[in-house]
Formats: sequence, C-alpha cells, structure tokens
Amino acid sequence: MSKEPVAVVGIGQTKHVAARRDVSIAGLVREAARRALDDAELTWADIDAVVIGKAPDFFEGVMMPELYLADALGAVGKPMLRVHTAGSVGGSTALVAANLVAARVHGTVLTLAFEKQSESNAMWGLSLPIPFQQPLLAGAGGFFAPHVRAYMRRTGAPDTVGSLVAYKDRRNALKNPYAHLHEHDITLEKVQASPMLWDPIRYSETCPSSDGACAMVLTDRAGAARAPRPPAWMLGGAMRSEPTLFAGKDAVSPQAGKDCAADVYRQAGISDPRRDIDAVEMYVPFSWYEPMWLENLGFADEGEGWKLTEAGVTELDGDLPVNMSGGVLSTNPIGASGMIRFAEAALQARGQAGEHQVDGARRVLGHAYGGGSQFFSMWLVGSQPPDA
Amino acid sequence: MPEVLKAPLVVEFPFTRSLGPVQSAFLTALRQRVVLGVRTRDGRTLVPPVEYDPVTADELSDLVHVGVTGTVTTWAWNPAPRRGQPLDTPFAWVLVRLDNADTALLHALDAPGPDAVHTGMRVRIRWAEERVGAITDIACFEPDDEEAAEVTVHVGEFDDPVTGIVAEARLDYTYSPGRAQTAYIKALENERRAVGERCPSCRKVYVPPRGACPTCGVATSEQVEVGPAGTVTTFCIVNIKAKNLDIEVPYVYAHIALDGADLALHGRIGGIPYDQVRMGLRVEPVWTEDGRYPDHYRPTGEPDAEYDTYKELL
Repeated sequence: MSKEPVAVVGIGQTKHVAARRDVSIAGLVREAARRALDDAELTWADIDAVVIGKAPDFFEGVMMPELYLADALGAVGKPMLRVHTAGSVGGSTALVAANLVAARVHGTVLTLAFEKQSESNAMWGLSLPIPFQQPLLAGAGGFFAPHVRAYMRRTGAPDTVGSLVAYKDRRNALKNPYAHLHEHDITLEKVQASPMLWDPIRYSETCPSSDGACAMVLTDRAGAARAPRPPAWMLGGAMRSEPTLFAGKDAVSPQAGKDCAADVYRQAGISDPRRDIDAVEMYVPFSWYEPMWLENLGFADEGEGWKLTEAGVTELDGDLPVNMSGGVLSTNPIGASGMIRFAEAALQARGQAGEHQVDGARRVLGHAYGGGSQFFSMWLVGSQPPDA
Repeated sequence: MPEVLKAPLVVEFPFTRSLGPVQSAFLTALRQRVVLGVRTRDGRTLVPPVEYDPVTADELSDLVHVGVTGTVTTWAWNPAPRRGQPLDTPFAWVLVRLDNADTALLHALDAPGPDAVHTGMRVRIRWAEERVGAITDIACFEPDDEEAAEVTVHVGEFDDPVTGIVAEARLDYTYSPGRAQTAYIKALENERRAVGERCPSCRKVYVPPRGACPTCGVATSEQVEVGPAGTVTTFCIVNIKAKNLDIEVPYVYAHIALDGADLALHGRIGGIPYDQVRMGLRVEPVWTEDGRYPDHYRPTGEPDAEYDTYKELL
C-alpha cells in the first residue's frame, strides 16, 4: 500500500523578536499554533496528535516542556510527542509529524517548534565545565569558523562571498513581517565593515538570538480537500545523522547531508535539483554556509557553490532564490529555526509568502541541520500532490 | 584495571521566566497573601491557575479568589529533605484543595511526624515573612481546625505586578570520563605523552580515545602514541573575549592533527603573531608547570605541511 500524501494546510509564526517578555513559553507556542489553526480554519478538536520540538532542555531549563505545554496546545487526551535533534529539530519534528500522516496513523497533526532564547543561555548550555576536559576555546562561531576557512581553501572562494549572503538575507528579511532583524539601512559596506568576530566570520554574518515559535497543520488527502487555501504537498522528506567528530568526517560537506538530499530527491523524482527545484530555504546560521550547502545539496558541483552566490543566482529575483524569508541569519529561535525553513518552503509552494514570494515556485526545498553538522533533515514541498 | 577518574559535576544556572498574564496575577497575589484560581467556562476553579483549560484548551483569564485554608487530598512523608526544599526538617508533601477550589496545589505540610498527617485533614497556609511574588511566598502549610471561611471574589489586578521570576536550576552529577580517556589524561598529565587508540577495524587512530570507534562501532584497546608535533589543519582568529577564559584577544583557535592521529584536536596557537598563522603550519605543544593539557602550541620551525597531506583531515 502506498503512503498517504501529506499536505500542509496551516502555517503560523510569531513575530520573532529578541525578547517576548509579555508571554510565557505556553503563551508563545499558543500564538503560533492558533495562527496555524486559523490559517487552516480548524479548531483544536480537529487535531488528532501534536508533535513538538525545541533545542536541548538546558537552553531554557524547562525539563520535558512537552508535559507543561499539553494544555496550551490542546493535546490533552491526544498523543503528544517531542522530537530532539539539536538545531535541526524543527525540521525533524515536522518530518515525524508528516510520517504519522503518511503512515495513516493520524489524519491531521499539529506540529510546532519554539525557542525562547531570551530566557535561556544557549552558549552556556553548550559548554558545560566537564571535569578533566580542556575548556572550549571559542563560542559557536569559533566552532564553525575553521570549517569556513577550510571551505575557502578548498574552493578558492574570494573572501567577499560571506558578506554577499548576509547582505541578501537581511534585505530579504525586510519583506518578511515575521523576521526578527529588520535592518532598513543595511548596505553591503556595513556588512563588510562589521567587526571580525571569529576570523573569517564577521558580526553581520552571524545569526541573531530570537524568541519565536512556528507551527504547521499537516493533513491527509481528505483534509487537504477541505482546506480553505491551497495546500503545499510533501514530495519527499528524509533525515540523516553522523557523529559530530570522527576520523574521515568532511566537516565542509558532510556525507549525511549529501545522503539526506539524495534520498529526498529520489522520493520526489528530482534528477537535477538545480533545474527541478525553484527555491530553497536552507539553514544558514553563518553566511558562508550558503555556498557550502549549495554544494552539499547538489545545486552546484564541488567548489562551485560560491559562484552561484556571487553571480546573484540566490537573490530573491535570481534563478535559484535561497532564504527568501531572510533565513536563520535574520531570525534564530534555535529550536524553531528548522521548522521555519520547512514552513517558509511550504508558504512558497502555496503561493502565500507575500512580499517575499517567488513567482511560480512549484517545488521548494526546506533544509535544517544541527549539532556540529551531525543531524540533517529536509523536505521538498510542491504546489501539486505527489501523484499529479 | 587501573582506577578510572571520577569527579563531581554541578550544572546550575539561574533561568529567567516571563510569566504571562495568569501566572503574573497568581504570584503577585501571593505577595499580598491572596491565592487566586482561574475559572473555566464550565465553572471549575483551577488552583494553581493555568493559562489554558486542560480539558477544552480554551484560553483562561477569569481569576477568582480562593481560601487560604483547605483539605489534604493525598500526601507522602519526606523523612530527609534535600537542598532547596521548602523545609529543612522532615515534612509531608501534600496536595491541598484550597476552599472554593476544584483542584489541588502541591506544597509542604509542617507536621511533627507521619502519624500527624492524614488525607482529609484541614490545613492552612503559613505565609513567608518576606514575600516577593513567588511560590515560596507560601512558606508551607500547617494543621488548621477552623471552619472554612467565606471567600470573596478578587479581580486579580495589583499594583507593580510580578512579570518574571528567576528559576534556579541545578543538577548534581558524578562524572567519569571512562577507561580510555582516563588512560589518555593520565599519560598526558604524568608523562606529557599523547596516547590514542587504534580501531581494529578501520585502523584509524583516535586522540583523545573514546574506547570505541564511532564509525565501526567496535571497542578499541590498542594504544598508539602520537605527536608530540602536529599540523594546523584549519583555524580561526578569535577577537571576542570568552566569559570564562583568561586569554588575551586576538588569539588563534586551531584544529591540530598530531602526527599519527586520524582526526584533529583543538588548541590555541602561540609563539607567532596571530595574523601569520596558516593552514599547514607545523606546531608542537608548550606546557606550563601544572597543566593537565598543553597550554598552547607553537611553531616548530619546520617547513609547512603540503595541503595534500592533511586535506582529508578537514
């Protein structure tokens, strides 16, 4: 028996900001969930199960938040699951929810991811003072910056490419009312003049720290037929993992990322992603990861990713727009960031992305990674159902 | 087997919490010696109040004043209170249904012993002398034999409301790095030798060793000394001062593949201006008197390693 087609019929986000002091964590997730239900014109009673995700518990100090959030998400008396795959969690959470529909376990599932970083300390949560071990010598940027340098050495990319990505994503964010950073006076010169934090990564090439939540309503074919607005259809979805550090790891282009993308493309019948995919929402917390992932995801040959960025191909009006929403560089509630990529991809396929809509986007990739390039999750969504 | 290292690991952090409207009113009221519940659409009163109805998922905001006396619905004796608990002498954990409430609140009951506690007993709040707008404003409950008092409705609005709290989180662990890392740490500390382990299947040498190969999934035991010199495979220049590190910026944080190791470890590069560090630079460890690890690595003066010799380690 074939899988049930999965449709995205509701999407909701909070306006992402540095600190939402006016709401509890329950209030924050409720806001996104309510907007997703409203978009789908459904009520709590229409939801069969709830699947949520967030970054590690110690980021906010609420152990097992799924227990506390059951009331706010209308999950009482229903199955509720929590998914946990570090920074990729928003993507994996959506895929776990989608698989429940695809397997016909449930008809309609609410999936949601969040982070309230203003009440947390991610940096601290990631660097516990483990006895006998050498303290970590650099922050998150310091962890990734050497990989960026390795990419530049491997490909000969000029050192301006990172600033082009940041300049593009921050301008895209101005067209997205939910984005955290709205830097109206952004210029390329400003990005390039921003302080070098972890050389080769500049301040303006890093992501902000945000409070936010993102929710989606996923449903089966019958649910999609009742939906008030056009659905986005899942054409393929996959997750892969590998150790953060192991002998033979390619930190610049991890094998798990390549395998994950290949699986999604196989499911969706994509033979040439550059030709067959119209736009991408990819997880780019440091600007250089755009050219790196362009190669890892098969949009460019090895060593060629930066050329797409430099040529403007990934601009909003380019041939392969990347991070139309402004991306992680403009909005980063860590646990939600992966789901925002998935949801923004679905918004594009539905033709509902507003000012940052790519005209005629039919197939859009959503991508997330996390945990020192350890976890990958991706989905491809389209404007037409998989069998059409 | 030699002794495996162990040490306490305390993980603690003062998390902040925004309360939202309902919890804000509840905690602000406690400061005024008032307990608020929230009324559901079908007329139940939930204490402590919640923002969303656990049955219907409705948003709740109808705050009502409940009693400061109530009835124990169930309990458990706590003979040995731990750090941070409401009382430091033995007490009962109790669920108390306050008068006019439909649900029970978890708290501590000050009682001389388990024989003095029973389900159905009447109890009363003992308020903390200094109240700040926190659940600890209720110091504990104590036995009470007065009749239930009439309760008035409270609108739940107060001057200077509490909008956030600090929630101290603390976990106490005993940490052990295990057999393989213990051997690695002791060889470094006592003999300043870097000793890794080779995987019997893929033959890769792991430094520090993990006791198992992460790709083959087999135990490792064959010890292999590596280094002491190595090659900088890649690096970044850190320009922002880390909170808990006493290192002057800028400094170079590098991935260093010790000679004979199949993956890089991380270290600081010194003895060379930061802007002259490069991929392929040959380095050796520099120790301080009492360090468990090299303080940093400095150039050996050898010619740089060819890119092809370390590109697989990036």
